[in-house]
Amino acid sequence: MSSESTTKSYQDELKTLSKNGLWNNNPALVQLLGLCPLLAVTGTVVNAIGLGVATMMVLIMSNLSVSLIRNFVNDAIRLPAFVMIIASLVTCAELLMKAFTYELYQILGIFIPLIVTNCAILGRADAYASKNNPVFAAVDGFMMGLGFLIVLVLLGAMRELIGQGTLFADMQLIFGESASAWEITFIGDYSNFLFAILPPGAFVGMGLIIALKNVIDDKIEKRKAAQESVKTGSKRVRVTGNIS
Amino acid sequence: MSTEEENNPNEEVMSTTQSALRAAFGLALFAILTAGLIAFAKLGTNERIIEQEEKARLAALYALVPESYRNNDLLKDSYLLTSPNASEPRTVFVAKNDGQASALVLPWTAPDGYTAPIQLLIAIRTNGELLGVRVVEHKETPGLGDKIDVSKSDWVLSFDGRSLENTTATQWQVKKDGGDFDQLTGATITPRAVVSSVYEALNFFEENNVALLNQPAQSSLNLAQAGQ
Repeated sequence: MSSESTTKSYQDELKTLSKNGLWNNNPALVQLLGLCPLLAVTGTVVNAIGLGVATMMVLIMSNLSVSLIRNFVNDAIRLPAFVMIIASLVTCAELLMKAFTYELYQILGIFIPLIVTNCAILGRADAYASKNNPVFAAVDGFMMGLGFLIVLVLLGAMRELIGQGTLFADMQLIFGESASAWEITFIGDYSNFLFAILPPGAFVGMGLIIALKNVIDDKIEKRKAAQESVKTGSKRVRVTGNIS
Repeated sequence: MSTEEENNPNEEVMSTTQSALRAAFGLALFAILTAGLIAFAKLGTNERIIEQEEKARLAALYALVPESYRNNDLLKDSYLLTSPNASEPRTVFVAKNDGQASALVLPWTAPDGYTAPIQLLIAIRTNGELLGVRVVEHKETPGLGDKIDVSKSDWVLSFDGRSLENTTATQWQVKKDGGDFDQLTGATITPRAVVSSVYEALNFFEENNVALLNQPAQSSLNLAQAGQ
């Protein structure tokens, strides 16, 4: 019986982690962390995927290692130890990208080492991984990283489409030569719309995505409130906080 | 009572030193572990990284000199040049058609890039006309200054066919300064640095072309004092 209840809470926890990472507590849309690389490299889908995957890998590995050592570090050295772990993992990621996706490494340039300063990573290490077991921590890292990656790719697609009139251009930088055929040109002979390619376009695009999320959240909340009021009659509707 | 009071602060001092020591020891252990991890990754990827860098360099080199200008091995027909442009000797490649020099590829540095020096390869025909310019290394702002990279925009191709004869000294500037070359949107410093650097390289070639073109392969040439 006890094993049944633990598996159930296990599943519940995994479910909550996925929901938080992808939607409720999305690092890019809700926590608004890591905005600098997010806005800087999302000019195209391929750049977004490159940085997103690198960040996700670092996030998973750092969460995992922080969780593994959580019982051996005291409060005095906790943060410096976490920063050391994250910095060394980012250095490894940089070396790997240099070795296997050299051209993408050249394009992303300074934003790969800057993954260290992405507060989402230290934030997850401190807020979640240092208090939970390695499996949950790794899943949390994966879901948070995936949430970040999805927003990056979404913004990258928007800006590439509006800015250059293409989608999935230069995918061979990550996926090898055969991927160069993935490019979809929507508008041939498109004179680039510079606004979308430059940083202001990133800010506006990001704003639109956040607004869209808020609209959807609003709709969900209203529907829930409507259902509740039907069930319980005239009960006060909670308008703040998360309804889960 | 009094002994306890005397003992307590002592014990506290002991325990703070101890905990500080323990923390320091722990951190040192972490530093060793993480540095080991990096060293391990570095060892595993080093060979491939060098290979990739070499490949990128060669690709730029071959793209610069069209095949009609060479039937020799550019890597073999090369020599080390010490120029006033750089403190250390760098490799110059000579393109030859049936033993006759047709062009040479000069490594050059634009020291005044926006964040870091920009490394260029400049291909010059024997008559002083530019075959092309490529940026091999830069740290310019993504989306703005990085358009000097040929994979980002065609800007750098605007040098093709230029020479000191068909472009005057005032024309060797960006349009904003009254010259012939487009500046990039949002980035003037970067193209300015590249244009002035290419101009400098062409002048260097004009002053030293005999020495540069007749230098035997696999030797070294010192022109650090020349013309300066």
